[in-house]
Amino acid sequence: MHKLLVDQPGATKFLLGNEAIARGAIEAGVAFTSTYPGTPSSEISLNFFQMSRESDLYFEYSTNEKVALEVAAAAANAGVRSMCVMKHVGVNVAADTLMTLAYVGVRGGLVILTADDPYMFSSQNEQDNRYYGKLSGLPILEPSSAEEAKEMMDYAFELSEQLQEPVLFRTTTRLNHSTAPVVLGEMKKRVTSGDFPKDPFNYVTVPAVSRKLHVKLLKNLEKAEALACESAYNFIKGSGGWGIICNGVSYNYVTDAVRDLNIADKVKVLRVGFSHPMPKTLIQSFIKDCEKVLVVEEGEPFMEEMVKAFAQEIQYTNPVKGKDPELFSRLFEFDPAMVRSNIAKYFGVSYDAKDLTDLSDIPELPQRPPTLCAGCSHRAVFYAVNQATEGAGTIRTTDIGCYTLGFLPPLSAGDFLICMGSSVSTGCGFSKTTDKKVISFIGDSTFFHSGIPGLVNAVFNNHDVNLIILDNQITAMTGHQPHPGVDMKGMNYNGFNQISIESVVKGLGVEHISVIKPYNVKKSIAAIKEAIAHKGVSVIIARQGCTLFEKSLKKHVGKPFYVSDKCKNHKNCLNDLGCPAFYVEEDKVRINAALCSGCGVCAQICPEHAILPLK
Amino acid sequence: MDITRLIIVAVGGQGNLLSSKVLGEAACRLGVPVRMSEIHGMAQRGGVVESAMIFGDAQSTIISDGEADLFLAFEPLEALRALNRCNSKTIVITNTSKLPPFTAAIGKGTYPDIEIIKGLIQSKVGQLITLDANALAKEAGNELSVNMVLLGALIETNVLPITADSIHEAISETTKKAFVETNIKAVELGRSAVKQ
Repeated sequence: MHKLLVDQPGATKFLLGNEAIARGAIEAGVAFTSTYPGTPSSEISLNFFQMSRESDLYFEYSTNEKVALEVAAAAANAGVRSMCVMKHVGVNVAADTLMTLAYVGVRGGLVILTADDPYMFSSQNEQDNRYYGKLSGLPILEPSSAEEAKEMMDYAFELSEQLQEPVLFRTTTRLNHSTAPVVLGEMKKRVTSGDFPKDPFNYVTVPAVSRKLHVKLLKNLEKAEALACESAYNFIKGSGGWGIICNGVSYNYVTDAVRDLNIADKVKVLRVGFSHPMPKTLIQSFIKDCEKVLVVEEGEPFMEEMVKAFAQEIQYTNPVKGKDPELFSRLFEFDPAMVRSNIAKYFGVSYDAKDLTDLSDIPELPQRPPTLCAGCSHRAVFYAVNQATEGAGTIRTTDIGCYTLGFLPPLSAGDFLICMGSSVSTGCGFSKTTDKKVISFIGDSTFFHSGIPGLVNAVFNNHDVNLIILDNQITAMTGHQPHPGVDMKGMNYNGFNQISIESVVKGLGVEHISVIKPYNVKKSIAAIKEAIAHKGVSVIIARQGCTLFEKSLKKHVGKPFYVSDKCKNHKNCLNDLGCPAFYVEEDKVRINAALCSGCGVCAQICPEHAILPLK
Repeated sequence: MDITRLIIVAVGGQGNLLSSKVLGEAACRLGVPVRMSEIHGMAQRGGVVESAMIFGDAQSTIISDGEADLFLAFEPLEALRALNRCNSKTIVITNTSKLPPFTAAIGKGTYPDIEIIKGLIQSKVGQLITLDANALAKEAGNELSVNMVLLGALIETNVLPITADSIHEAISETTKKAFVETNIKAVELGRSAVKQ
C-alpha cells in the first residue's frame, strides 16, 4: 500500500514537505487532483499519481496549468473536493482561468497549490505569488513547516467550502523540499462524484453576470478578512515592546533567532499563515503598543506595505521596516543567520556574530555545473545542428527542459529563453527582424504544454523558422512524468490515449517535416541541412528516449565505448560534445565505462575511428 | 536539547539523499528531533547536491554559512568548495576518492592535488577525518554504497545522538532488500576506518 494511504492515525512518519501536503489533502478527503509538473511541487503530484493507481482518487497530468485548473474548477463545481498543483510560474499560465474563477467560485472545496521558488533553484524567475491573491481576490494560506502544511490542508478545504471560493495554498522550495517527522491523522472519506445544478445566470460569465459576481467576490473578501483576523493560523507568540510580523519559513528563522538572541521577554511575534486578505484589525491591535515593528518576509514587501497602510489608519507613527538596504532584500531566500543579525541590528541587541572562515587562500576551483547526462540524445542533436550550420549565423531560441542546459559551451545551443513554449514564437519575431536563420528547440512535453499555439502562428503568418522537437518521450526534467505523446500502454498504464507529434504537426500544415534518430549523426546533419534550406516553417522531430529514464527501466543499456590506441589526440570528442563520461588522464582521452551509455555518437565523429565498443 | 547542525555535500548520483534519509529515519526511531532540507532539482544532472540536517530543538531547516557543526563531503573537491559552511570548530569528514568535474577534463580549471585539499581544510576547521569511501564500498561488495560507508564514519564521531543499531534498523526499513546486507557492511567498514 502507498505510504500516504496508510490508515494509522497517530503514527509518526518522516515526510518530505510535498509528501505531507499530499497526505494532508488525502486526510481532507480530496477526490479529484490535477497538475502540470514543476519543481518544487512535483513530488505532490507524483504521490497523487501513485495513489490514484491503487485507490478511487482521481489524478491527471494535464496538458498545462491552465487546463489543469479548468478541469479541477469544473470538478469542484460538481461538488467534489479538488486540488490543482503547480509551480509559481505555472500560475501565470493558469491566470486567465484563475481571475474569473474567483468571480464564479466553487461548490466543493478547491485548493490551488502554488510552489514559489525564492533564489530560483530551478526556475526562470522568483515572482512572489502572494500577489495573485490580491489580484484575484482569493484567500491565501501559507504554512511554515511540513507538519503544519499537512494540518493546514484540511483547513484549506473547509475554508474554500465556507467561502465558496478556491483557496491559494502558497509554499516555497524550503518547505516543499524539507523533511520532518509528521504525525498522521484520520482520513475523511472521499466523495468522488457529485452533480452540477444548472444556474447559467451565476455560471456563464457574460458581462451582466460578471457584474453581479464581482459584487459577490468583494463581499466574500470582507468575510475572508474577518476569518483571517480570527484564524488560528494567524497567531501571536511572546510579549514585549518590539513587534515582528512574519510568514512561511521566515517564521522558523525568527523563532530560532529570538531564542539565540535571548530576547523572548522583549519581543512578540505575529505569524501570518492566512495572509490574504491580510488580517487588518489583528495587525492594528498587534502593532499599536509596539515601540517598533519589523516585517520578515522573503520576496516582495507584500505584508510590509499592508502593515504600513493599516498603521496609517490608526495613526501609528513608530517605525515599521522590512525591505530596506540596511535590512532585508527582495532578492533570493533568507537564512537563519541573516534573520538573526537583522533582528539584532534593528532592535539594537548586541551579539557576537561568528566570524566567517577566511577563504582567501583557496585556489580557483573547477566548476561543476549541471550538465546533460552521458548519452543524452539532446547532445547529439545539438552537435548535429552545430555541424549543419557551421559558418552560418544562426539564432537559437530554446525552451524549458533538460535541453536548456545545452546553452552552455561547447554545444552553445540556446541564445534566448523566456518561459514554457516561448521558443517557437520568439523564433518568429527574430526571423522577421534579423537576417539570421532561426532554429528553435522545444521538448516533447513543452510542445504539448504551450508550443502548439506558437507553431500555429508560425504557419499562419508564414514565418521562416526551423523547429526541432526534442522528443525524448517523457517529461524528463521534473522526474519523468507522462505527457500526451507518451506510450502509456508500453509502461503498463491503461486507460490513456497517445497523441502523435507528427500528426499534430502535419495537421497544422507544416510543409517540411522530418523525423531523425539523433544517434545517427550523419543522417541527422543531412536532415537538418535540408530543413534549414527550406524557406518557411520546417519541423524536425528528433526522437530518442531519455537515457536516464531508459536506464531506470533497465531498457536500452548499450555497451560502453573506450578510446583505443588509434587515438591521435584530436580531442574532437572531448571539445565538441561535452559528454561527462569523458576525462583526461596523462593527456590521453579516456571514457568512464560506468558513465558511458553506449550512444556511440563520439565514435562516429572521431576522425581516426579510434573509439570502439568494449567487448 | 542541544542543537547539532550537519551539512552533507555530494555530486549528483552519489546517493547522499538516501544517506540523509536513513539518518533522519534513525533519529525518528530514537525520538531525536530532526529536520532536514535538500536541493535536488538537478540531482541527476551531475551538479552538486547539498543536504542540511538539524538535530535538536530548532525550527529552521537550513544552515547558514559558517554554522555547520559537522560537515560530511562525498568528494574532496566539493569539500573544499563548501568550506564556507564550516567554522574553526567544525568536524569535517571527507571521502578522498576524486570525481573530477567535466570542466577539469576539458581544461577549464585544474583539480587541486588531494594533499593540498586536505591541508587547506585542516588549517580552517576543528578536526579533519579522511577515508577512501570508494575503496571501502568496493570491499563491502557494492561500489554504490559509498553513501553508507560515509554514514558509518559520520556516526562514529559520536557527535550525533544516533546509535549504530538505529542506523542498521533504518537501513533495513529504508533501503532495497537486496542491498540491506551490503549497506550494513558498508556502514561498519566506515565506522572501523575512522575508529580512534
